[in-house]
Amino acid sequence: MPEYRWPEMSKRKVMGKRLNRLDGIEKASGRAKYCSDINKPGMLHGATLVCPYAHARVKSIDTSEAEKHPGVAGVHVVSPPGTEIYWAHCEVAFVAAETELAARDALKKIKVEYEVLPHVVHEADLKKVQDRAKAAGEQIEGDPDQALKEAAVVSEGFYGIPVLEHCCLEPHGSVVSWTPDNKVEFNPSTQAVTSIRGDMARALNVPAANVHVHQDHIGGGFGSKFQPDRWGEAAARLSKAAGGRPVKLFLERNVEQVIAGCRPSAFARIKLGATKDGKITLWESQSWATGGFTGGGSPPIPYVYTRIPNQRKNHSAVSTNTAPIRAWRAPNHQQASYLTCAAMEDLAAKLKMDPLELFLKNVDLTARPDTYERQLKKAAELAEWKKLWHPRGDSGRGHLKRGLGIGVCTWGGAGHDSTARCNIHPDGTVEVELGSQDLGTGTRTIIAQVAAESLGLQVNDIRVKIGDTNYPPSGTSGGSTTVGGVSSSTRKATINALTKLFEEVAPALGAPATELEAVDGKIQVKGNPAKSLTWKAACAKLGVKTISETGQNIPRDAPKEGLNTGGVGGVQIADVTVDVETGVVKMNRIVAVQDCGTIINPKTAESQVYGAIIMSICGALMEERIMDAVTGRMLNNEMEFYKLAGIKDIGEIVVHLEIDEINDKRGVIGLGEPPAVGGIAAIANAVANAIGVRVPLVPMTPMNVLNALSGRMS
Amino acid sequence: MAPALLEQPAGAQTAPGVMGPGAVPITLTINGKPMKVSVEPRETLLDVLRNKLDLTGAKRVCDRGTCGACSVLVNGKVMYACTILAIDAQGKQITTIEGFALAGGRPHPVVQAFVNNDAQQCGYCTPGFVVAAKAFLDANPNPTYEQVKDGLGGNLCRCGTYVGVRQAVLEAAKAMKGGRNA
Repeated sequence: MPEYRWPEMSKRKVMGKRLNRLDGIEKASGRAKYCSDINKPGMLHGATLVCPYAHARVKSIDTSEAEKHPGVAGVHVVSPPGTEIYWAHCEVAFVAAETELAARDALKKIKVEYEVLPHVVHEADLKKVQDRAKAAGEQIEGDPDQALKEAAVVSEGFYGIPVLEHCCLEPHGSVVSWTPDNKVEFNPSTQAVTSIRGDMARALNVPAANVHVHQDHIGGGFGSKFQPDRWGEAAARLSKAAGGRPVKLFLERNVEQVIAGCRPSAFARIKLGATKDGKITLWESQSWATGGFTGGGSPPIPYVYTRIPNQRKNHSAVSTNTAPIRAWRAPNHQQASYLTCAAMEDLAAKLKMDPLELFLKNVDLTARPDTYERQLKKAAELAEWKKLWHPRGDSGRGHLKRGLGIGVCTWGGAGHDSTARCNIHPDGTVEVELGSQDLGTGTRTIIAQVAAESLGLQVNDIRVKIGDTNYPPSGTSGGSTTVGGVSSSTRKATINALTKLFEEVAPALGAPATELEAVDGKIQVKGNPAKSLTWKAACAKLGVKTISETGQNIPRDAPKEGLNTGGVGGVQIADVTVDVETGVVKMNRIVAVQDCGTIINPKTAESQVYGAIIMSICGALMEERIMDAVTGRMLNNEMEFYKLAGIKDIGEIVVHLEIDEINDKRGVIGLGEPPAVGGIAAIANAVANAIGVRVPLVPMTPMNVLNALSGRMS
Repeated sequence: MAPALLEQPAGAQTAPGVMGPGAVPITLTINGKPMKVSVEPRETLLDVLRNKLDLTGAKRVCDRGTCGACSVLVNGKVMYACTILAIDAQGKQITTIEGFALAGGRPHPVVQAFVNNDAQQCGYCTPGFVVAAKAFLDANPNPTYEQVKDGLGGNLCRCGTYVGVRQAVLEAAKAMKGGRNA
């Protein structure tokens, strides 16, 4: 049984290095082809007709004029007469035509009659949603009634965090051809190269073996791009009807923003009880959320501080006539972190206690007391908490008020199921192949680093091939499991291939295969560089044979092997200045202290944290889906008023990854999601600290800030 | 396509002698070369670049002049290609990312600096940022950190790469002074 474990941290030569991402030049030069960039000979363009009503029944649909429109190759109806539609912008029909413009023109010629039905699109006021709220049943731990009586201090608050849109810059869609030989060539924008093949095969009722998926790059997913979706299936059907011509069908932005993924909201009235000295004894919450028509969205509260001894929780799922949720970078965690940390900050204010002290004093209520204690202290140091923190509202004179706040996070991570294949060719070329995908996290680069480390080579010696179903199956990129999965499978595949190579060259080096090692571009007798062959010379001994070996990461076995594991904590501290005359919140700084395991590339790992923080700033201060009660439609389904932070809006960001020997021994842990959790809570608490009152509704836009300051609820 | 809020779109009035509405042949000067292409008058420069000339470095993201992913240079000035009609781009010098990013087989200093500072993740906004950064540095060869933030305020990124972008533009400024722009 070969030794797969990672080399000791101090002995690594390629892993752990701050290397540039391998596809960096390709992307930054505009040469990288995303699936939305593909132009194929004979390609048709698709367009999507959506329903203007939030709740309606299709009475009739007439596509005859559209079919006659010049350039139109086909019309495919997905909501035939009788279909009940539950949210606005739901797909009704798709058109394929010679040009995009012809396809869009043809949409206008499709005549649809609807029976309009009543809708509900707002959930912030639980009283107004009536029978749309479904209670999940009360959950009780300990004796909350007794704890309430005994609590020295009880703090109560209302908090809300809205629905957000994924807003991937590359819209959802694909280029697909379904040819008369019943083969499907599928180029989707996807987080799931391997599994989307089977999903597409099922949707089209063709053998999975007939579907080939290829994607070089994806322009953002964040949890929203796992399925072929109705538009992928429709594009295939339009292709088939057009004799197999490729159909390119990507959603237009105003549709993308509505139906291609959103995060559930969360609202809660929370009561926290504590002893005089700040020991939390009680949690009571009445919470609700919407995840669209079918409900969904239940934040795990209390968050991180899960072991509060006495709890009473009631949660309701609200069904609204809005598009369904999709997984969002750390599903439900941002909401839970915000609800919990905001309530804790408010309790600290009521106790007239430093919230840092409160968070520290109660770390025994978390699953990782040592981690959170260490991280809270480190984050406080980096944020200059002692110097800059002040009691709530005590921000001095003038209209600019500065404040600090804390948010915490946790996540699983670990590695998904992944198989890698390593080919060593007689000319010394090395390929590593996986049916995986690089979401921009640097997956290609870390695969090359792992392979180079195992084989004693450099990253440029490794050809990483991903994004294709001709390569071995690898898991979806969700749950921060990709780096754990692909690094472990790559490690095992490369070690397996190297073991074969040792066997081939052992006679030439006059030593048993088990006595050989791969170091600095050579195969040598262990500890004896004098008895060696260059990598190229060693591979030449293969003659005409190519070594091709696989390695698999199996999640249930991974902990035994020690290559990857799960479970992290993190702490973020935000520093903001609020203009109490305009209500504008300005970011000064965010500090992120993040627990991690083995880090393969610190440069791309830090980028994940920077990006997660910036996404948190967007979510805390700018982003929200705004629904119109009358029409039932989203009002800001574009990028002018669906606000994202720009380069000026983010302040300074300080990232502290806990890279050390002890953490390293835990193996690889995913990093995409955990740092995206605590920032909203931290910013919300910093705003409360600055202005002296809680802004109950996120995002903390000028309107919501001014409403809080004037005692109005928005 | 989303439904129009008004049931009947306003009737288009075409003045006599105006091009269109069908396709018309035009010549665009792109990356120094004349390119003949047949376009409908309503087609944006961005769609013509992407769909008809296979120049896909400029991306269609917001399609409404907000995000900057489609940035190109028009007579040396950075502009959103989604807000320009192709017919209006006739007679102008259009430079796309393809025109300079790897000119002479070497990465432009801005491209290299974006890579060195990991100023990209999914990379979909990156060509737009590189074009905007090049135009900014051409006009401000010696920028301060604050000027970099102002100068690149017209581009949006969803992955959150701004920290790297700031560093990249400062590094590129130094590299360009020592290199081709010295």
